[in-house]
Amino acid sequence: MTLTRRYRFSASHRLHAPSLAASENARIYGKCNNPYGHGHDYVLEVSVRGPLDEATGRIVDLDSLDGLVRAEVLDAFDHRNLNLDAPGFGDVVPTTENLAIEIRRRLATAWDRAFPAGAPELDRIRIQETKRNIFELA
Amino acid sequence: MFITRRVEFSASHVCRKQDLDEAANRALYGAAANPNGHGHNYWLEVTLEGDPDPVTGMVFDLKELKDILNREVIEAMDHRFLNYEVPPFDRVVPTVENVAVEIWRRLAPRFSGNVKLARVRLYETEDLFVDYSGE
Repeated sequence: MTLTRRYRFSASHRLHAPSLAASENARIYGKCNNPYGHGHDYVLEVSVRGPLDEATGRIVDLDSLDGLVRAEVLDAFDHRNLNLDAPGFGDVVPTTENLAIEIRRRLATAWDRAFPAGAPELDRIRIQETKRNIFELA
Repeated sequence: MFITRRVEFSASHVCRKQDLDEAANRALYGAAANPNGHGHNYWLEVTLEGDPDPVTGMVFDLKELKDILNREVIEAMDHRFLNYEVPPFDRVVPTVENVAVEIWRRLAPRFSGNVKLARVRLYETEDLFVDYSGE
């Protein structure tokens, strides 16, 4: 069985690859290369997989999952400028592909200690940058 | 091919275990352990798998699917207090996981031959859902 929990955070970013010329950046990223950046209301889905605990009727402790996502994702990224304020970017372009990889990495690193009673498997994450652009990482 | 039908039902429930004290129930289920219960607008997506019939062009008669969902899920659970009115939730905690398992258990035997129940996805809220495929 899998259980999916949906979270929301809002952040700004600018897509700009420092190794490329200004004209190349403008061609590749278009409006997303606007020097002052822009923002999105991201929707993050975290799916966990595990067997049903017959005693509790749960496959995951939701408070533990919420606490993990709050500490590792929401506190780090919500209402931040991903290029300037958020950990993990710097020279890495904060495309939502790279954001997904960074979120997956942060969750995986903190995963086991977030579930002292036994950790389910992290099945996948899915991020909506907008309603029309969705990124999924198993 | 997969076909999915979506239905909605509203029900109340309480998540607590009688053999645990108040503090343990709160730790396990949070606000959902409130003894007098609370409710949700559940969304259920039922997915069938099969090949379209060469004559009718249909995987399954959607009107029949609607009738099955009405009979097995909606009439049983809509506007009910799950713990008091819908077995087995008098003894099984009606977490979203367990409600999905029970819906699977009720629906799976209704499909045989060329079409089978592939998945139930149950949303307890917009921000919490489970997928169950029999395991």
